[in-house]
Amino acid sequence: MTTASPSVFLLMVNGQVESAQGLEEGISQITSKSQDVRQALVWNFPIDVTFKSTNPYGWPQIVLSVYGPDVFGNDVVRGYGAVHVPFSPGRHKRTIPMFVPESTSKLQKFTSWFMGRRPEYTDPKVVAQGEGREVTRVRSQGFVTLLFNVVTKDMRKLGYDTGPADTQGVSGPSLPQGFPQ
Amino acid sequence: MNPREEKVKIITEEFIENDEDADMERPKKNSKVRRQPRKKQPPTTVPEEMVSEKSHLGNQQEPVQEEPKTCLLSMTARRGPRSLPPIPSTSRTGFAEFSMRGRMREKLQAARSKAESALLQEMPTPRPRRLRSPSKKELETEFGTEPGKEVESTQQEIDSQSHSRVKFRDSARKIKPKPQVPPGFPSAEEAYNFFTFNFDPEPEDSEKKTKASHREGTNPEEEEGEEEEPPAQGGGKETDEEELLNGDDAEDFLLGLDHVVDDFVAVRPADYESIHDRLQMEREMLFIPSRQTVPTYKKLPENVQPRFLEDEGLYTGVRPEVSRTNQNIMENRLLVQDPERRWFGDDGRILALPNPIKPFPSRPPVETQELSIKAELETMYKKAVKYVHSSQHMIRSGDPPGNFQLDIDISGLLFTHHPCFSREHVLAAKLAQLYDQYLARHQRNKAKFLTDKLQALRNAVQAGLDPEKPHQSPDTVQKTINDYKSEIRQTRKLRDAEQEKDRTLLKTIIKVWKEMKSLREFQRFTNTPLKLVLRKEKVDQKADEEAYEAEIQVEISELLEEHTEEYAQKMEEYRTSLQQWKAWRKAQRAKKKKRKQAVEEHPYDETEEPYPEEDLVKPIPPEPTDRAVIEQEVRERATQSRRRPGEPMLIPELSLAGSITPNNQCPRAEVLRREDVKKRSLYLKVLFNNKEVSRTVTRPLGADFRVHFGQIFNLQIVNWPESLALQVYETIGHSGPTLLAEVFLPIPETTVFTGRAPMEEMEFSSNQHVTLDHEGVGSGVPFSFEADGSNQLILMTSGKVSHSVAWAIGENGIPLIPPLSQQNIGFRSALKRADAISSIGTSGLTDMKKLAKWAAESKLDPNDPNNAPLMQLISVATSGESYVPDFFRLEQLQQEFNFVSDQELNRSKRFRLLLLRSQEVPEFRNYKQIPVYDREIMEKVFQDYEKRLRDRNVIETKEHIDTHRAIVAKYLQQVRESVINRFLIAKQYFLLADMIVEEEVPNISILGLSLFKLAEQKRPLRPRRKGRKKVTAQNLSDGDIKLLVNIVRAYDIPVRKPAVSKFQQPARSSRMFSEKHAASPSTHSPNHNADYPLGQVLVRPFVEVSFQRTVCHTTTAEGPNPSWNEELELPFRAPNGDYSTASLQSVKDVVFINIFDEVLHDVLEDDRERGSGIHTRIERHWLGCVKIPFSTIYFQARIDGTFKIDIPPVLLGYSKERNMILERGFDSVRNLSEGSYITLFITIEPQLVPGESVQEKMSNMLKKFESQEDEKLLQASEKFQAECAFKFPNRQCLTTVIDINGKTVFITRYLKPLNPPEELLSVYPNNLQATAELVARYVSLIPFLPDTVSFAGICDLWSTSDQFLDLLAGDEEEHAVLLCNYFLSLGKKAWLVMGNAIPEGPTAYVLTWEQGHYLIWNPCSGHFYGQFDTFCPLKNVGCLIGPDNIWFNIQRYDSPLRINFDVTKPKLWKSFFSRSLPYPGLSSVQPEELIYQRSDKAAAAELQDRLEKILKEKIMDWRPRHLTRWNRYCTSTLRHFLPLLEKSQGDDVEDDHRAELLKQLGDYRFSGFPLHMPYSEVKPLIDAVYSTGVHNIDVPNVEFALAVYIHPYPKNVLSVWIYVASLIRNR
Repeated sequence: MTTASPSVFLLMVNGQVESAQGLEEGISQITSKSQDVRQALVWNFPIDVTFKSTNPYGWPQIVLSVYGPDVFGNDVVRGYGAVHVPFSPGRHKRTIPMFVPESTSKLQKFTSWFMGRRPEYTDPKVVAQGEGREVTRVRSQGFVTLLFNVVTKDMRKLGYDTGPADTQGVSGPSLPQGFPQ
Repeated sequence: MNPREEKVKIITEEFIENDEDADMERPKKNSKVRRQPRKKQPPTTVPEEMVSEKSHLGNQQEPVQEEPKTCLLSMTARRGPRSLPPIPSTSRTGFAEFSMRGRMREKLQAARSKAESALLQEMPTPRPRRLRSPSKKELETEFGTEPGKEVESTQQEIDSQSHSRVKFRDSARKIKPKPQVPPGFPSAEEAYNFFTFNFDPEPEDSEKKTKASHREGTNPEEEEGEEEEPPAQGGGKETDEEELLNGDDAEDFLLGLDHVVDDFVAVRPADYESIHDRLQMEREMLFIPSRQTVPTYKKLPENVQPRFLEDEGLYTGVRPEVSRTNQNIMENRLLVQDPERRWFGDDGRILALPNPIKPFPSRPPVETQELSIKAELETMYKKAVKYVHSSQHMIRSGDPPGNFQLDIDISGLLFTHHPCFSREHVLAAKLAQLYDQYLARHQRNKAKFLTDKLQALRNAVQAGLDPEKPHQSPDTVQKTINDYKSEIRQTRKLRDAEQEKDRTLLKTIIKVWKEMKSLREFQRFTNTPLKLVLRKEKVDQKADEEAYEAEIQVEISELLEEHTEEYAQKMEEYRTSLQQWKAWRKAQRAKKKKRKQAVEEHPYDETEEPYPEEDLVKPIPPEPTDRAVIEQEVRERATQSRRRPGEPMLIPELSLAGSITPNNQCPRAEVLRREDVKKRSLYLKVLFNNKEVSRTVTRPLGADFRVHFGQIFNLQIVNWPESLALQVYETIGHSGPTLLAEVFLPIPETTVFTGRAPMEEMEFSSNQHVTLDHEGVGSGVPFSFEADGSNQLILMTSGKVSHSVAWAIGENGIPLIPPLSQQNIGFRSALKRADAISSIGTSGLTDMKKLAKWAAESKLDPNDPNNAPLMQLISVATSGESYVPDFFRLEQLQQEFNFVSDQELNRSKRFRLLLLRSQEVPEFRNYKQIPVYDREIMEKVFQDYEKRLRDRNVIETKEHIDTHRAIVAKYLQQVRESVINRFLIAKQYFLLADMIVEEEVPNISILGLSLFKLAEQKRPLRPRRKGRKKVTAQNLSDGDIKLLVNIVRAYDIPVRKPAVSKFQQPARSSRMFSEKHAASPSTHSPNHNADYPLGQVLVRPFVEVSFQRTVCHTTTAEGPNPSWNEELELPFRAPNGDYSTASLQSVKDVVFINIFDEVLHDVLEDDRERGSGIHTRIERHWLGCVKIPFSTIYFQARIDGTFKIDIPPVLLGYSKERNMILERGFDSVRNLSEGSYITLFITIEPQLVPGESVQEKMSNMLKKFESQEDEKLLQASEKFQAECAFKFPNRQCLTTVIDINGKTVFITRYLKPLNPPEELLSVYPNNLQATAELVARYVSLIPFLPDTVSFAGICDLWSTSDQFLDLLAGDEEEHAVLLCNYFLSLGKKAWLVMGNAIPEGPTAYVLTWEQGHYLIWNPCSGHFYGQFDTFCPLKNVGCLIGPDNIWFNIQRYDSPLRINFDVTKPKLWKSFFSRSLPYPGLSSVQPEELIYQRSDKAAAAELQDRLEKILKEKIMDWRPRHLTRWNRYCTSTLRHFLPLLEKSQGDDVEDDHRAELLKQLGDYRFSGFPLHMPYSEVKPLIDAVYSTGVHNIDVPNVEFALAVYIHPYPKNVLSVWIYVASLIRNR
């Protein structure tokens, strides 16, 4: 594996959460492995999106596709992954396992390696859906860590309580409040 | 142990003495140094630690001494001598050292003196020191980190250390006095003596032993633990600390001695102890429980038989599986350890719970090892939480915090038996009980009631028999009487029984009373104040006797009647049976006779026919009953059960009036008893939910065994009451209370309040056995009233508690009851937990029917107040008010979980909107931002949708003006839905290619090509066009997509004619020459040329493109062959902003390209102003249009070509300038097609991925949809297609298609001669060509509807011709197939041509062979072209399809201009069926013949009128700011003119028409044109009219004319003509 590998991120707005504002799709810079022992690839790529909906149906997911040059210098896909944007406000860390589709045969694997045209999803969105996956075979390949800073507004007004459980200092659900002593 | 080693030590000590100075420092230093590794220990522990560390040191420095501890005994035995040597050293230590150590020692001394005594006590159980849990040990190792715990644990350690140390010191001190302290060097003898002398003192030994034994008791883990903590124990165990203190010094010193040590060390064999010894030792110390089964008697208390609860029918539960041996071991162990046997149950087995696992954890979960330790040490903040009972049935927070109170009133206690009862008391209690019973019976007085009932029934029978009441049918009367009689019988029996019971009860009471009296007499004292008085009530003897006699008589007569009835019945039976018997006898006889005969005839047969000798017994006649017998019976019974006549009625009265003999007159035993009673006192504990909440005061037991409490307990409750119990405790004298019994009280109903609750008595009993040494009879002990001890009685302590439990009422009168909902839950869970169904609310009703049946059978008296609730329940249940389900309910709790009713849910607009959106209903698909509240959703959101829903069912007459079309539309809708459903199912199957893009394995040619590419020039001189980047439609939004229309040029635009005067007749010649295609136009042009005024331009055309109501137009060019070369950009908006492929495919919008002529009119009214300004008005006149559906553009990606402009047949004021064409020499090419043309280039920016094209999809579909074709044929077709595609991948090749049912059908089955309508054939009977044209026109009049639109995203479907005609809609294939079939039936040679055309793309045309040349027919427009027509829209030919074969074009070119259509040449056409695969004679899917209905002229006329009205309204709508005037005169003229146009098919009427118009409307400047369209719906017509822009004229005095003509063709094919015109009056 070469040291550089750029990442494409694609924020998918699936279903019916509407009205996204901000960068919905973008390509990050190309990064190289760090010099320390961790050999991590750091993008530090900020995305700022606002969603607006009255119904949580089709909660947004972030779809990541990582590309990187192979030995011949061709950009090949290094991984696909998707994760839902966390529901509750706050800072969330999500580590997404990435995977790539496999070639259908050994020969194809060889040629695709040789030609630098490895199998790719027709549409990166499929990694955020379950439909049609049964025909594919994938291999897992690394992880990508995402940090989410989620702020919600008026969720409670819409009848959705996504806040952390201890906002009211109630440790259990059945704790009564003000029962006679 | 080696004595020599000890010696070494002593020697070293000697040296130390000599070298005191050096010594002084060392211990400190050393201790410091040694402390390093254990620095964690806090300074608080220093003084003790010093010591402990030293001991540790000693251990390290003298590894020789570290003995294997396997041999415990030997070690302990030798400890004594080892602890000796240090003593001298202590005395010899330096002062400084001593001072420091002295302090320490002082401390130790203090501790020692304290511990000394403790030690001795502790000896047997020295456990605490060692019994440290492993987890504690864990902690210890890390104390540095946790101060709080550390302190604690060090404290412990100190304790334990001091313990051990103290012990050893102690032991050491004990020994101290014995050995003599050597003042100097001991002599050899002394030394020898010292070491060989047996010092073992007795007490030491015992101590060690206990220690050892204790050691055995601890488990091996702990032993290991011990080894790990030398500071705590090791030092104490093995060496004295004094010695250790100096140990290091000694070592240091020894080093200097140059290994003299070796001389002192002797080698000894390892200690060994014989196994026998060890075993013996172990036997002494260890207890090994036997594995033998313990005999039951050992496990049970003496003289108790094992009791097996299970055998007694009690549920015991399944004991957990434990192996027999383990159980035995445990039993043995328990027997030795715990002689109380409380571990054993009644059955002699160890007590065991069925499930040994507790339902809740009883200790906090043990955190796992290292990880958790840190977590343990971390402090966590926890908010203070109120303690809540774990029970779930408490009042939850949701309920209003109430103050719930339960009042328990305990008034008293009464013993029905008590151990202190004397015999008299026993009898008294019995008497009281009987009396109570009597009273209860008396109150109910059942006997009386039954007697009355009997009387009433008798009367009823009498009345029923009365012949004076004939109004009832005799049958029913008889029936009721029979009923009554049977009831009388029943009642009588019951009454007799009741009376008998009453009597026996009375007798028993009297008997008991007599017994009591005799007892009192016998014992000569009275214990109870009980007194029975029998009151006699005198009765009138005579009347009584009479009544008695009458009763008996009645009974006798009744019985007699019964008996006679019975007798009659029996007689009947007898008779019938007798009859049978006789008949049988007869038969028997006959048989016998026969047999005799038979025997005579065939004597040998006899054996073979054994007769069944079943003799019927002759029935015995029943005996009539005797009256006397009955009478006797009745009387006997009466005497038994009834009071004799004249006998006084006895009424017992029990009173407490009797006097009790005072103590001094009683015998001693009785006095003792009474005193015992006095000693006893009782109290009650109130238990709420198994917790004691309060207790009554202790009250002495009264002499009458009553205890009065009279206390009320107010329980303020938090938890829902689950159980309420009272415990009766008895105290005798000063001893502790004993639990007598437990009384469970029921939790009151919510309706029971304080003050209204009745006193209730709860009985209790105890099973305690009490034997008393006085007069008291005891309890659970047999006793007897008889002197001989026979007739024994065993009475148990029992009694009654009178109490009342009720809900309290608050100060303001509000009952303090938990809310009902809560309480329901509580009740359910508490009472009905076991019954799932009952919790739904149907409990008790489950067997209602059975209950009702039982009630009917048992003839419950419905009037009895006792039965009232039951009767009511039954009546409710049977009347159906409360509905008893006789079915099983799935989701039985669904109702309970429905938080709102379905109606309410449906009423919610938001919910509905969400639902519709997720169902992807077209109106709501991609609907954004559904409002949060219902009130924010406008009702009109749903209007469209609801309208559509309504319309789907109700056939709209407005849109589909004739009903047939409406039905067709409905049918189409249904077909569409079914196909879509099929498609959706098929869509579920994904192929890998659908999901993943993967490069195919390159073959040699591709590799070669790519190699070739490498050699390619970087910048070729003739660059090739590279494809644009395609964009998938996924992330597009409005405004992203643009439609680019490049208008290049146009040819042959009609030119203006000069305004001719009304009187000038156009030359007739022009009409003559303007014949159709065949005629040469060359002759007529000069005429027209002359008409043009010189200075005026012929025409100033411009192009206007309208798409989705956006309009763009080019600049104005000049002349009939203008060249614009302009690019127009139109935005594209997908429906509902949904840019998915499926959605884009179903876009029905059409791009209208209209060509207008810009006309400048001088509006100047005054000639004088001409110089100062230009006053002209621009008018635009519509010339023609080109329509291109968006779907075509979408699938084609680009449209590039020259299109024929659709120019109306009559264009007033314009004419074709034909000579221009002539001059350019196109004549020969264009002779067959005339008209105007426009060159366009249309594309979408950015280029969209057109989903899957129909073709691609088809191949996938083929695999998915089923087929009825032969498998071989399908394979062949697949092979054929593959071959063709390999050779010419761009040429269309079709072999199989999908029919409307979604099945694959071979294509040739569609082609078959079909008859065109007779009507058409009869028009030109002789002219075949004209007929063909007419037929083509007919076909083209069938509306066009592309499949991709009707079946969005789905493959091409082919319908058969009859389906096509029924549907009246289809795309090119259907039109082509129908046309081809007509041609075949007309006798022409016709083929279906599959190829590409513009603008349709892949399409189907029809090819016919005329005399000498081929004609290509466009089935959708009805036009035809010669093979060599350059303007033929068909651009390439893929294959030809005939009725019996398919030919694929394998010529080099595919343009119709350049190919040879001779299919017989195999080099040019590859045929599907050939010699190798002959045509199997496939049957056609087409019908035998098409049946045409004559179209309804009246309906057409009606439609025509309506259409005209609609269009007029629309035009007025489009001109909202202007007045729209209709010129009726002109309209009627136009209306007359339209049929002519239809007749002539739009040709050559122009001049005539113009002349006529001019004649009639000479004063008007007239511009207008007829539009011709097939009719499908109203909307396209409106669109077409709109696109002409006629309404855009805003000249103030403009007038309009509009006429509609509909010509009906067979099968409801309608040809619509719309004439729109605007008129401007000339001044």
